Amino acid sequence: MLYRAGSGHLGGSLSATDILVALFFGEMSAKADDPCWIDRDRFILSKGHGAPAYYAILARLGYFSRDELMTLRQFGSILQGHPDSGCTPGVEIPTGSLGQGLSIANGLAMSARLNGHGSRVFVLMGDGEVQEGQIWEAAMSAAHYGLDNLVGILDRNRLQIDGHTAEVMSIEPIADKWRAFGWHTLEVDGHNIAELQAAFKSCREVKGRPSMIIAHTIKGKGVSIFEGQKKYHGTTPNPEEYQQALKELGG
Amino acid sequence: MAAKESTRVEYGKTLAQLGEENPQIVVLDADLSGSTQTHHFAKVFKDRFFNMGIAEQDLMGTAAGFALGGKIPFASTFAMFATGRAWEQIRQTIAYGSLNVKIVASHGGVTVGEDGGSHQAIEDLALMRILPNMVVLVPADGPETRAMTRWAAGYQGPVYMRTGRMAVPLIYDDSHVFELGRGTILREGQDVTLMGIGIMVQACLEAADLLAAEGIEARVVNLGCLKPLDWELVVDSAQSTGAVVTAEEHMVIGGLGSAVSEILAEHCPTPVKRVGLRDTFGMSGKPAELLKHYGLTAEDIKEAAHQVMARKANQMAAPLMGLKAPSLAGR
Repeated sequence: MLYRAGSGHLGGSLSATDILVALFFGEMSAKADDPCWIDRDRFILSKGHGAPAYYAILARLGYFSRDELMTLRQFGSILQGHPDSGCTPGVEIPTGSLGQGLSIANGLAMSARLNGHGSRVFVLMGDGEVQEGQIWEAAMSAAHYGLDNLVGILDRNRLQIDGHTAEVMSIEPIADKWRAFGWHTLEVDGHNIAELQAAFKSCREVKGRPSMIIAHTIKGKGVSIFEGQKKYHGTTPNPEEYQQALKELGG
Repeated sequence: MAAKESTRVEYGKTLAQLGEENPQIVVLDADLSGSTQTHHFAKVFKDRFFNMGIAEQDLMGTAAGFALGGKIPFASTFAMFATGRAWEQIRQTIAYGSLNVKIVASHGGVTVGEDGGSHQAIEDLALMRILPNMVVLVPADGPETRAMTRWAAGYQGPVYMRTGRMAVPLIYDDSHVFELGRGTILREGQDVTLMGIGIMVQACLEAADLLAAEGIEARVVNLGCLKPLDWELVVDSAQSTGAVVTAEEHMVIGGLGSAVSEILAEHCPTPVKRVGLRDTFGMSGKPAELLKHYGLTAEDIKEAAHQVMARKANQMAAPLMGLKAPSLAGR
């Protein structure tokens, strides 16, 4: 997709892929043939630049044809560079400007509670993204309102555009921060599906407070030449790299 | 004319009535519920009122989430913080996503008074008007506030409404019904048109009285639906009176004066004078002192009417050469 598009965010898509797989193919309750089903669980991709991974999963689930994936970022495509609910079936809300998704997820969780729906809300954030102040406004309000139908997931891949998060703007101790804000906080290997599933199960059982899963991941996961390389935050592979990536990812 | 009502108070009361009528309405505030008047709703509908604390970005994001969840959220705080602090949240989510969020912000303009320039939103209308999908409303009195609030609750899509702190005289009666994209002619006249929004509508009416005493008949138009603007009425007024004054408690950049000028430049070039703040911030003072200082009184509107009428006369005298262009001092 990204190779065809010639632009897009490779590293942060691959770091989040296993998380999204565990979420969409096990945890979440939604119907591709009825995207507006009122009782569905909701997902907000707060790190909107992870759109390629999100789109690939939505296509696999049948929200739209997989052929569309090859139109990513092109003029007239239903797949915008960052998620746009006005264009793409299954996408709840436009994202891409970082730091805003958690507040939206809170509002969804609060309205689900008012409606008496059992639906739950999942929101995936990037680790650089939590440098945005609004995240912590929302962290405070989710705990204040005791949103136990809300699960945040932090894609802790340790890299942002300008380099390591520790160098650009340290976010540690990140688990302690969420705990201090009153969140049920867990840390897992974000590439281990069983661990992710166990974490989701634990979040279901929590009452009276929101949950945060800090998923330790590797940027560019799955392709040796991309892994842990900040260069691939926002660049796409050249033809040789593309061939190698296909080989490593199994075609 | 004796009765006075503040638009923020009428918003608060109407919201509480709407809460009774429509269980889907939820209200969010950012620690200013006493000032924005959402406390009336909060008292009765405790489970549908959400104080988000002093966190306007989160306020707007959460309101967006409520809209996604099928609720009708009204989000209120001061106009400065709603449109300034949280502009990008409004842009990226509420406007871009065309969500059913009603942003009703109080304390618009310099009549906030003593709090000073930091709290006087004089650019909020520009900030909201520039956003695709956003409806922008500025009620002129209590009845118009009630009509607009009721309309907004029934409309599917994002709305920004500015209310004011100061009590203002009644212009309409309770039979007034708001219609999207429609301005109203409050007084007929053929010499000049005075177009106002918010508290400046009353000032336009008073200016028309002053002009009438001089034998000048002014049409007075309320364009409280700033977006979508009633461009047919704007063009018709320009054609039938040949001279236009706009009046707003806002910068002349980006608000009513800009909107009218943009339409007339494209469709019907006409002498226009914009009454409003001229590239300056507000400051502390009594509302009346500030209105006088910034040139926002009926007297100022009357003066502006004289200027545009002089330019109209010049154009008629020298339509081709434009020889008698108004002096720069008159801008």
